[in-house]
Amino acid sequence: MDISDLYSKKVLQHFRHPKNVGEIKNPDGMATVGNPVCGDILRLFIKIGKKDNQEFIKEAKFLTLGCGAAVATSSMITTMVKGKPLKDAEKITNKAVAEALGGLPPIKIHCSVLAADALKKAIENYHQKK
Amino acid sequence: MKKIYLDNAATTPVSPEILAAMEPYFTNKFGNASEPHFWGQEARKAIDEAREKIANFLGAKPKEIIFTSCATESINLAHKGLVESIKYKVSSIKCPHIITSSVEHKAVLETCKHLEKIGWAKVTYLPVDKYGIVDIKDIEQAIRPETVLVSIMYVNNEVGTIEPIEEIGRLIKEINVSRVARHLSPVYFHTDATQAIQYLDCNVDGLGIDLLSFSGHKLYAPKGIGALYIRSGVPIVRQQDGGGQEYNLRAGTENVPYIVALGKAIELVEQNKVHSTKCIEKLKSKLIEGVLKISGVKLVGHPQKQVPHIATFIVEGAEGEAMLLLLSDKGIAASSGSACTSGLLKPSHVLTAMGYKPQEAHGSLRFSLGKDTTLKEIDYVVKVLPEVIKKLRKMAPKF
Repeated sequence: MDISDLYSKKVLQHFRHPKNVGEIKNPDGMATVGNPVCGDILRLFIKIGKKDNQEFIKEAKFLTLGCGAAVATSSMITTMVKGKPLKDAEKITNKAVAEALGGLPPIKIHCSVLAADALKKAIENYHQKK
Repeated sequence: MKKIYLDNAATTPVSPEILAAMEPYFTNKFGNASEPHFWGQEARKAIDEAREKIANFLGAKPKEIIFTSCATESINLAHKGLVESIKYKVSSIKCPHIITSSVEHKAVLETCKHLEKIGWAKVTYLPVDKYGIVDIKDIEQAIRPETVLVSIMYVNNEVGTIEPIEEIGRLIKEINVSRVARHLSPVYFHTDATQAIQYLDCNVDGLGIDLLSFSGHKLYAPKGIGALYIRSGVPIVRQQDGGGQEYNLRAGTENVPYIVALGKAIELVEQNKVHSTKCIEKLKSKLIEGVLKISGVKLVGHPQKQVPHIATFIVEGAEGEAMLLLLSDKGIAASSGSACTSGLLKPSHVLTAMGYKPQEAHGSLRFSLGKDTTLKEIDYVVKVLPEVIKKLRKMAPKF
């Protein structure tokens, strides 16, 4: 049944068949972010690798308790960062996540903020641990 | 794919008999009821018949029934119309006072907030207990000399709790006896009966109410029609100005086919009430029994004072909108009070007032049955829901 007026096809795809669901045992960086606006919670795990002296995100996984957009943005952001140099991953904005999903309804933009925030904090967590 | 609609408290389809009753009034019998010619009088007759059906159903007089576009409009007219009238008629009341509950539909709450904002009324929003029921003692204590209106919904649309309308009606009647003796303006009593009409006794004298609002689209009539019962003598100032339709209380050329639909809907409610209530209660019991087998799920509301068609659950570890989307993919329609499903990103004010934490409201799930719900459908939902919840719980962070 087509409910593409609420969410774009891409959002629904990532919600129905999310990528990178799960935990990383012994992650290099991790963050749990709660969205005070709506109560959604996202836990992001990253594993860092090194290639040609550059740090990059080798693995990214997530666990999310939240609405369609929350799951979709978690799935999308972990997809976007995998294989990316750390310094590029750090620059990913919530806008980029929303765009990659073909847009989000205005009332759901805060979900992309949650995802971008979780990534930032997970990377910070990695830097702190170093 | 099977399509199972369990969101009847949100709206219902127009039933075939009602559609058939409406049709002539779109095509052949299309007159403006205010005209004296044949076409106009034909329309007028249809309106009168519908009005009489509704009046009989409520135990009221035809001239006490006003047609509106929906329950929200009826509620606006009742509250704003009464307050405006008191402001001009009763000089002793500087600022009319309204008592309502914190679990009312937004139509009541926002109307009250608006009256407060423009300085036309002061409003007391009464708390409710964990079942969502308002305490009669709180109403009694809240009444002041300037109180003009008590507005309590008959059945809560989000959780299905039945409020003690009859007892409140009796209380207000007693209070008014002494108020009249003390030369105080009487307290009027409004109830939003939208979710009650189909299943509960709505006799206005038996309940002791002065104003009653309901809409058609919860009863298999189309969206865009409602009614307001106004007891004779209750002072209301018209809020929609223009021609003198609806006893000068609601201007606008009458929507004859929709009025006919509402009359027919009420006729069918009356015919089917007993049978329908029994069937739906049985089906709901089956649903509840099946759903409560899932761990981490609890039922919301009073165990007995519940309307037959609504069952709301709190599900741990899964969010409301996500559940609705996955259920929709399986062909099932339901509803939720989670913040993500609300237009304002706030959890249900009803669940909050009942003491549920935001994290609990986050996982709320409402099923509301209807006349077309079957046992097969309930069995399917009971089979599918555990898979949906399992999938979402697997994705959620553990604490």
